[in-house]
Amino acid sequence: MAVLECRHLTKRYGKLTALDNIDLLLEPGRIIGLVGPNGSGKTTLIKLAQHLLTPTDGEILIDGIRPGAQTKAIVSYLPDRDFLPAWMDVESLLRFYEDFYEDFDMNKAMQMLQALNIEPRRPFKALSKGTKEKVQLIMTMSRGAKVYLLDEPIAGVDPAARDYILRTIIGNYSENALVLISTHLIADVEPVLDEVIFLKQGHVELHENTDALRERTGMSVDNYFREVYRC
Amino acid sequence: MKWTFENGIPIYLQILGRLRTEIASGAYPPGVKLPAVRELALEAGVNPNTMQRAFAELERDGLVYTQRTSGRFVTEDAEVLKNLRKTLSEDVIEEMCTRLMHLGMSREEILSAVQEWAGEASGKAKNM
Repeated sequence: MAVLECRHLTKRYGKLTALDNIDLLLEPGRIIGLVGPNGSGKTTLIKLAQHLLTPTDGEILIDGIRPGAQTKAIVSYLPDRDFLPAWMDVESLLRFYEDFYEDFDMNKAMQMLQALNIEPRRPFKALSKGTKEKVQLIMTMSRGAKVYLLDEPIAGVDPAARDYILRTIIGNYSENALVLISTHLIADVEPVLDEVIFLKQGHVELHENTDALRERTGMSVDNYFREVYRC
Repeated sequence: MKWTFENGIPIYLQILGRLRTEIASGAYPPGVKLPAVRELALEAGVNPNTMQRAFAELERDGLVYTQRTSGRFVTEDAEVLKNLRKTLSEDVIEEMCTRLMHLGMSREEILSAVQEWAGEASGKAKNM
């Protein structure tokens, strides 16, 4: 059964249509890439799933219900920008999450921090960009959620940090959970994905298994993307 | 060894090719236990389902077998391993011959070049 479903989902901002009549069925046990150029609707889709926006038309369902307080308990969301109170130290941030989310695994998070030699008493704002991203990812992935929404988790970090983030996503794989990753760095993420969704001007241009796409086109997903979106 | 993937070929097929070679070469010897799907997926930096698919193919071809509780093991069937080496070597030969023909060599020239190489190689081996 699909854990994230869109039925005729439409979102308009005034005259601008960000998502236009989208249908999607995303199943648990998959790591799915959400790709498309800037302004194609990736973040809008993720924000609709997280109830930060409401549909203009159609609906989006998480585990069969409309987004709200109930779905936030089973959705772990990593926004595309810093979202944590920066004055807090890392350990306090983890405690904050532990208080907030029933499914947060404090031991797991602390172990991951230790493995990276991140000092738990350092304030978040004193960390480098790469380390901030890692801490945010650790917090997001330390929840036992049914759906993980990762909005640009590897943008703007160095290749080693990128590698760490992708391995953390693989290491946390669960056959009961869906991981949806929005990105424009397709080449890096490609081997990690089961499926890929191409968004183009608010439409689903393509939704396919990544290996099937490679076989069908004789191209990497990244190369095929460049072909489809050639300017 | 680091895992790298080529464009345009399904990743599970590339993993399958690598694992088949490692079984044929004895890097994974007969009867040895293979790493768990999750562990190898992490090492290769690939999706666990993709790794699982490669393992399922190995199992279908009889190269590995599953023991219900303890994991996956490389076959000890010498015949199966011999056939695997034969299949893999045929691929290598075909690729080599295709390239040599592109260079303008005839079948006879390729054959004598290979014989010459084998003679030199065995001569070198004796001197070692």
